[in-house]
Amino acid sequence: MLRLIIRRLPALLFVLFCVVTLTFFLIRLAPGGPFDRERKIPPAIEAQLLAKYKLDGTLWEQFTGYIADVTRGDLRLSTKYRNRSVNEILAQTLPVTFTLGAVAFFLATLSGIWLGTFAAVRRDTASDRLAMAAALLGLSIPMFVIGPLLVLVFGLWLLWFPVGGWGWPSQIVLPAITLALPFAAIIARLMRTSLLEVLNQDFVRTARAKGLPNCIVIYRHALRVAILPIVTYLGPLAANLLTGSIVVETIFNIPGAGGFFVHSILNRDGFLLGGVVIVYCALLIIFNLLVDASYALLDRRIRVDV
Amino acid sequence: MFEHGAASQVLRRPAAKLCAGVLIVIALAAALGPEFFPIDYREPGPLQYAPPSWSHPFGTDLNGRDVFYRVLLGARVSLMVGLAGAAVSLFIGTAYGLIAGYAGGRTDHGMMRVVDILYSVPRLIFILIFINAFDGHLRAFASHMNWLWLVDYSRIVILVATLGIIEWLTMARIVRGQVLSLKERTFVQAARVLGQSHARIMLCHLLPNIFPIVIVYLTLTVPAVILDESFLSFLGLGIQPPQASWGSLLSEGAQAINPLRIYWWLLFFPAVTMSATLLALNYLGDRLRDTLDPRR
Repeated sequence: MLRLIIRRLPALLFVLFCVVTLTFFLIRLAPGGPFDRERKIPPAIEAQLLAKYKLDGTLWEQFTGYIADVTRGDLRLSTKYRNRSVNEILAQTLPVTFTLGAVAFFLATLSGIWLGTFAAVRRDTASDRLAMAAALLGLSIPMFVIGPLLVLVFGLWLLWFPVGGWGWPSQIVLPAITLALPFAAIIARLMRTSLLEVLNQDFVRTARAKGLPNCIVIYRHALRVAILPIVTYLGPLAANLLTGSIVVETIFNIPGAGGFFVHSILNRDGFLLGGVVIVYCALLIIFNLLVDASYALLDRRIRVDV
Repeated sequence: MFEHGAASQVLRRPAAKLCAGVLIVIALAAALGPEFFPIDYREPGPLQYAPPSWSHPFGTDLNGRDVFYRVLLGARVSLMVGLAGAAVSLFIGTAYGLIAGYAGGRTDHGMMRVVDILYSVPRLIFILIFINAFDGHLRAFASHMNWLWLVDYSRIVILVATLGIIEWLTMARIVRGQVLSLKERTFVQAARVLGQSHARIMLCHLLPNIFPIVIVYLTLTVPAVILDESFLSFLGLGIQPPQASWGSLLSEGAQAINPLRIYWWLLFFPAVTMSATLLALNYLGDRLRDTLDPRR
C-alpha cells in the first residue's frame, strides 16, 4: 500500500501543478482587474494595492511567485475581503463544507448500496421495478429542484426542519438529503447491475449448493465482490459532492466554501478562487489515492502496481 | 444492431411510448410555442406574481411576465445547449476512445489514465472559471468582427463548447471498450492485411460498428449536459438575463420560496418541465442500452 502511494506521488504532484497553473492563467485571462470600480482609483494608490497583493511585475514573475507561495502553504490575501487571508477564510468555511459532504457521502453510499442490493435480490419483481424507478427519478430531478421542494414541504408546511442556516444538527438533515439523493440513485443502479452479475458466478452457486442461507450467500459472499465497482466510483463521487455542495450551500444559506467560490468569481477575487480550487483538487487527489489503495486491499485478485 | 430494430423494440413498451411522446411535445412546444404568444405576454407587465389562471396558466413572475412563455423560452435554450453540447462530446469522446482503443498498449493505458484523473477532478468548477475568462473576450472579438448574432449568444456558444469538453469521458470509455473487442475481429484483420491505412480502418470499419452504442450514450449525454447547464445558470454564472434557461428560471423560483410568501408556481412549472424531460431522456437511453447490450 505504501509502495503504491509512493509510486503514484510524482504523477499526482504533477496533476496538482497543472491545476495550479491552469487556475492561475484562467483567472488572469478574465477581463478586468480585481480593483476595477466605477470610480477610477488614482494611479499611485493602484500601484500600492497591486504591490500589496503581489500583482505587480511581469506575468511570469507573478506566476513563479504564486507557485512559490502556494508550495509554502500560503494562499495569499483575498482582494475582496480586505485584510483576510485566503487561508483564514478557508479554515473557517472548509469544515462546514466537509461536514456536509461527509454526511452526504455516507448517506449516498449506504442508502445506494442498500437500495441496489434490495432491487437485485428481488430481480424482476414489482419491488425491483419500483426501486429502479425511484432511482431513475432521483437521477433525473436536479438538486436545485429537490432542495426547494424539501424546504417547501418539511420546512414551511410541516415545520419539521429549519429551512436553512448552520450550527444545529437538525439543520444538516435537509441539505444532506438534497446533496446525497442523486448520487444514492447512481450508486443504487451500479450496485444492482454489479450484484446481478456476481450472483450468476460459480462461487455463488457453490455457496448455495453448500446449503447456506440466502442472506449469508448475499451479504457474506456476493456483496464483497459486487461492491468493487462502487469503490471505483467513490473518487468521482467525492468530486461530484464538492461540486454539488456549491448549489446546496446556496439553497440552504450554509456558510461553506461553495458560497465564497461563487462570489469570488463574481468579484474577480483571484486568490480566493485559486485557493478554493487548489485545496479542493488537492483533497480529492489524496482521497483518490486512498481509494486506490483500499481497492488493492479489498480485492486481492487485482494488483495495482501502476 | 439497429438493423434488428432496437428502437422499435424499445418503443413497444407503453412507458417508452409515453416518454417519447413527452419529449416530442416539449420539443415542439419549445420550438414553435413562443411564436404564438401575443406581444404583451412577452414583455414585463403590471400583473406581478399572479397565481395560475386561465389567462396565465403558469402564473406570472416578479416583472409580470407570463411564466408559461418563459418556461418555453427556457426549454429552447436548455434543449439547444443539451443537444449541441452532447454533439461536441460525441465528437471528442469518439475520437479519443477510437484512438486509445485502436492504438492499445502504452498509449491506451496513458490515455485512459488521463480519463480516470479527469473523472475525479471537479470539472464543472473549472468550466465556471473558463466561461468567465473567455466570455468577455469572445464578445469583444465578435463585436470587433461585427458578428452581431455572436454578441448576443456568445455565452451560449461558450457554454456549448465547454460543456461538451467535460462530458466526453464516459463516451470515450465506452468507445474504447468496443474498439478493443472489435479490432481483434477478422474483418479488421482482413482490412489490415489488405494494407489499408490506420485512419481508414478506424473511420470506415470501426466507426460504423460502434455507431449504435454511441447513439445510445448520446441519449444519456444530452440530459447530463442539460443538468450541467442548469447548474451553472442556477448559480447565476451560466445563461444571463434577459435570456432564460430552466436553470435560471429555477433559481428565480427558489428565491420566491420564503416563509413570508410562497410563489410556488415560479418553481413548480419549470421544475416539472425540466424533470420530465430529463426523466424521459434517461429512461429511453437506459432501455436502448439494455436492448443493445443485454449484459448490463
